[in-house]
Amino acid sequence: MALLEIKNLHVEIEGKEILRGLDLTVNAGEVHAIMGPNGSGKSTLAYLLAGKAAYTPTSGEVLFNGKNIFDMAPDERAAAGMFLAFQYPMEIPGVATMTFLRTALNAQRKKCGDPELSTPEFIKKVRETSAKLGIEQDMLRRAVNVGFSGGEKKRNEILQMALLEPRLAVLDETDSGLDIDALKIVSEGVNRLRGPGRSFVVITHYQRLLNYIVPDVVHVLSHGRIVKTGGKELALELEARGYAEYQEEAVA
Amino acid sequence: MNAEVTTIKTAAETALAQAFSQVRDRLPGGDAVAAQRAAAFDLFAREGLPHRRVEEWKYTDLRALMRDAKPLAAPPDAAAKTRAKGAGALLGDLEARRLVFIDGSFVAELSDIANLENGLTVVPLAQALSDGDATLTAHLGKLAPGSDVAVALNTAFMGDGAVIRIAAGSTIERPLHLIFVASEKPAATFVRSLVVVEERARAMLIESHEGPSGSDYQVNAALELFVGEQAHVDHVKIITEGADALHVSTLAAAIGAQARFNSFTFTAGGAVVRNQLFLKFDGEGTVAGIRGATLLKGRQHADTTLVANHNARDCQSREMFKAVLDDEAHSVFQGRIIVRSHAQKTDAKMMTQALLLSERAEAYNKPELEIFADDVQCGHGATSGALDDDLKFYLMARGIPTAEAEALLIQAFLGEAIEGIEHAGLREALMDSVVGWLKARA
Repeated sequence: MALLEIKNLHVEIEGKEILRGLDLTVNAGEVHAIMGPNGSGKSTLAYLLAGKAAYTPTSGEVLFNGKNIFDMAPDERAAAGMFLAFQYPMEIPGVATMTFLRTALNAQRKKCGDPELSTPEFIKKVRETSAKLGIEQDMLRRAVNVGFSGGEKKRNEILQMALLEPRLAVLDETDSGLDIDALKIVSEGVNRLRGPGRSFVVITHYQRLLNYIVPDVVHVLSHGRIVKTGGKELALELEARGYAEYQEEAVA
Repeated sequence: MNAEVTTIKTAAETALAQAFSQVRDRLPGGDAVAAQRAAAFDLFAREGLPHRRVEEWKYTDLRALMRDAKPLAAPPDAAAKTRAKGAGALLGDLEARRLVFIDGSFVAELSDIANLENGLTVVPLAQALSDGDATLTAHLGKLAPGSDVAVALNTAFMGDGAVIRIAAGSTIERPLHLIFVASEKPAATFVRSLVVVEERARAMLIESHEGPSGSDYQVNAALELFVGEQAHVDHVKIITEGADALHVSTLAAAIGAQARFNSFTFTAGGAVVRNQLFLKFDGEGTVAGIRGATLLKGRQHADTTLVANHNARDCQSREMFKAVLDDEAHSVFQGRIIVRSHAQKTDAKMMTQALLLSERAEAYNKPELEIFADDVQCGHGATSGALDDDLKFYLMARGIPTAEAEALLIQAFLGEAIEGIEHAGLREALMDSVVGWLKARA
C-alpha cells in the first residue's frame, strides 16, 4: 500500500485555484523531489499536508497510510507520522526550545501509547541528535528559533524531524537560505534518516540540494499539477533548461 | 449659588454611613486617628462611591458594581481558623514568615511571630493604633492619596493589619507573607498595613488575598510602603479571592534614592477586582520594575490602575502588565507615568498587553504619559489580540494538541512578566498557578 496517495486534488485559497488536479503517490521508503517555479503550488501542497487552517480542498482526496487526512487535525497527522519542515520556521518567544521539543515528543508518544521519556533519557537523545547536526547546546537553551540565523532555524527543523522520527517528512525549501556547509549538514541529517520505513517529499527550486539528497523520483509541478515525472536525471535537465517549457505545457 | 452637595443615595452608600456612625467610637486609635477617620469619611460622604463619571473609575463603576455594603466582619470563630490553616497554599513550599489575618483580624496562633530577625518589628495594626505606636503615628496616612474614595473608606474603617519596620541596614532573608483570608461569612473587611523599610535594608513582602467562592464578601485593603535610600524591596501581591468577592486594594509607596524596588501583582480571583498602585520616586538613581499578570474567565472584571510618579532625577522604571481573558471577562489597565520638571534623565517604559481567548472578552488599556522634564526617555505600548494562529499551527504540526499548544503560548505570554520576579521559588509558584488555571480551562 502507498504511504501517501493524492488523487485529483484541487485547492483554492481566497477564491484562487492553486492546486488543479494534482496526483501523487509516494511508497514507503521512497524519496520524491518536487520541483517547480515560484507560484506553482509547492508550498500550498506542503501546508495542506500538514493541515494549515486556510488550506482546504475543493475536491480530491489525500490518503496517508490509507486514512483520509482531512479528517485529522494537524497534531493527529503529526502523531500519525507526518512531518513538515517549514520553509519559514516560526519564532516563539517565551517557549524554551527544550520545553517545546519535549512537549512535542511526549505528546506524540502519548498518542501512540508509548510511555513519556524521562528527563535524562530525553536530554541524552537531544544531545546526541543535536551534536550530529552541529547544533550548539546554547541554541537549545534559547526560545524556539528566537534569534536563530536562517541556517540555525533549518537545522532546528531537521533536529525536530530526527527526534520525532516521522514516516513521511515533507521538506519545504529546506535548502533556501543555506550556505554550502549548512546544506551539507542538513542533507546528511536527512540521509541518516533514510530507510525502508520512511519516505520524503523534498520540495525545492534548485537541483543543488538533490546532489546531496538523491531522490528516487523527480516531479515537475507547474500551475498546480504534476506535469512531468522522471528519475533523478530529470532534475539535471531542469537545471540546464529551466521551467519554461513546462509552464507553457501546463497552461495549454 | 452654592455648589450642590451630592446626596448619599445608593443602598451601599447608606449602609456604609450607618455602619460608620455605629462603629466609629469603637474603632481603635486615639483622638488624632479618630480625626483622620472622620476626615476620610467626610470625603466619602461628599463624593459617594466612585462611578463612571469619575475619570479614574470610568471603567470600574464601583457605585454600580457594589450593590450593597456587607456588615463589618466579626472576629473569626474556631471553624474559620481551622479552615485558614491551608491559606497561602499557592506559594507551595516557599519558606516565608506567615502573618495570617482572617476577615481582617490578625490571628496570632496561625502566625509566625516568634524569633523575629534582628531589625524586624511586627505589630498588628489594631494594637499599634491602641498603643499609639511611634512608627505608626509618624507614617500612617502620609502616602495614601487623600482624594481617592476607596482609600478614604479604608482609612475611615481600618481595623487591623500589619505594621512592619525593618531597621536600617538589616537584611531579612525570609520573605514576609501577609495572608488575608476571608471566612465563609459574607462580610466587609478594611485592612490597613504599613511597612517601613529603612535605608540600606532589604526585604521581600508578599501579600496574598484569598477566600471561598459562593460568598460575596468585600475586601478593602491598603498598604503604605516606605522604601528608604539604598533599600531593596520586592513586593508581591497575589489576588485569588473567591469567585463572588469584591476586592479593592491599594499600594501607596514612596521610594528613596538609589533604591531597588520591584512590585508584582498576580490576579486570578474575585468577581470584581480593583488594584491600585500609587508609586512615587522621591530620590535619584532608583531602579524599579512594576509588573503584573492577570488571568480572568467567566464574567470576572479586574482593573489595574497605576500611577508612577517620577519626582527625582535619574530613576529608571519598567512597567509591564499582561492579561489573559477568557469567556466574557473584562480587564482594565490604566497606567500613568508622571515625570516632574526636575526629574531629568528619567528612563520609564510601560507596556501593557492583553490576550483575548474569547470573542466576548474585553480589554481596556489606557496608558498615559505626563512629562514636564525635557531630557527623558519615556515610552509606552499597548497591544491586545488573539493567540497567533501561525504559532499555534507550528506547535500542532509537531504533534502538540490544541489545548496544550494554547497553554504553551499563554504561559510564554505571561512568562515575560513573571520572569521579572527575582525570587526563583515565587516565579515557579506563580507559573504553576498559571498552569493550574490553564488546566481548569481545558
